[in-house]
Amino acid sequence: MVSVHLPPFERLIDAHARELHRFLMGLVGPTEAEDCLQETYMSALRAYPRLRHGENLRAWLYTIAQRKATDAVRRRMRRPTRDLDGVEPAAPPAAEPADDGIWMNVRALPAKQRVAIVHRFVLDLAYAEIGARMGTSEEAARQNVSAGLRRLRREVTP
Amino acid sequence: MTDDLERRLADAARPAPTLDLERLRATVSRRADADGLLDVAHGSYDSPLGPLTVFVTARGLVRLSYPGEGLDRQLDELAAVISPRVLAAPERTDEVRRQLDAYFGGTRHDFDVPIDWRLVRGFAGDVLRATARIPFGAVSSYREIATEAGSPNAYRAAGNALSSNPIPIVVPCHRVLHAGGGLGGYTGGLDRKRFLLRLEGIAAG
Repeated sequence: MVSVHLPPFERLIDAHARELHRFLMGLVGPTEAEDCLQETYMSALRAYPRLRHGENLRAWLYTIAQRKATDAVRRRMRRPTRDLDGVEPAAPPAAEPADDGIWMNVRALPAKQRVAIVHRFVLDLAYAEIGARMGTSEEAARQNVSAGLRRLRREVTP
Repeated sequence: MTDDLERRLADAARPAPTLDLERLRATVSRRADADGLLDVAHGSYDSPLGPLTVFVTARGLVRLSYPGEGLDRQLDELAAVISPRVLAAPERTDEVRRQLDAYFGGTRHDFDVPIDWRLVRGFAGDVLRATARIPFGAVSSYREIATEAGSPNAYRAAGNALSSNPIPIVVPCHRVLHAGGGLGGYTGGLDRKRFLLRLEGIAAG
């Protein structure tokens, strides 16, 4: 018998795929959200049997999803010019027709602000929960959201 | 202004995006299989005895369950004993399902699929291996099976092992009866035991 109790992997798909998809929609937009979701689950499946404990699998999946979203955004930024490697995206990426313009601006935010904004407005989470999921304090979560909002206010046309 | 921006963000996040969960599951399974990450695959099979669930691993058939046996609990057990990489992947169970078709159709008497015995241990394993050797159309008794398994007096333990057989039908515990000809017990219920015996041309109970 294995000492760690991990649920059958398919249960992680049933339980969390919809909210992760929503989260990724906010981070990378509709076109890439499904790809990122698939990559999230593939990475999770690869690492799954080596997990030391079965607690908070949801937070673990969010961490992976966030990493996949960052990879996707970097890839996209690399497409027009290679000089931006590792640099936070400064300009909104090419418009996607199915998307509200405001998410273009969200996607152009620095990573922490972007993730905090998506947690706050797409998943409708309280600051304490956002902090817990991002591995920061509640106060840091609040600051990331308000810094993101400040920046959005400068850039979003009303 | 503040409220307006926040309201726009919240509005833009609605409606919730639609996700085809079925397709995601299928894609992840397919990719997992291709990458060697699918440790326990399962698929359902519509049998004359109701819908069965077939579970296979890289080693072979590991479980075959009747409806109402508590699928969630079985999935948990497989995750704990074999691997937590458990996914629905019906294609991986095709060979077993084809052989079940032929068995129920009367054209196949012996199953020819490798068995993964990891769900059974110790004496229970000996009992079920002995049971697997009872040919189509023949029957045995609890005491004979206990003897075959090396402990003639342990016929009660043999009965317990048979009642928790993880692979009924293929490991034919339905062929084990009471010495006097009584049906004995059966995990899937005595009606199913009777059905299988009749299918094999055995008049019993």
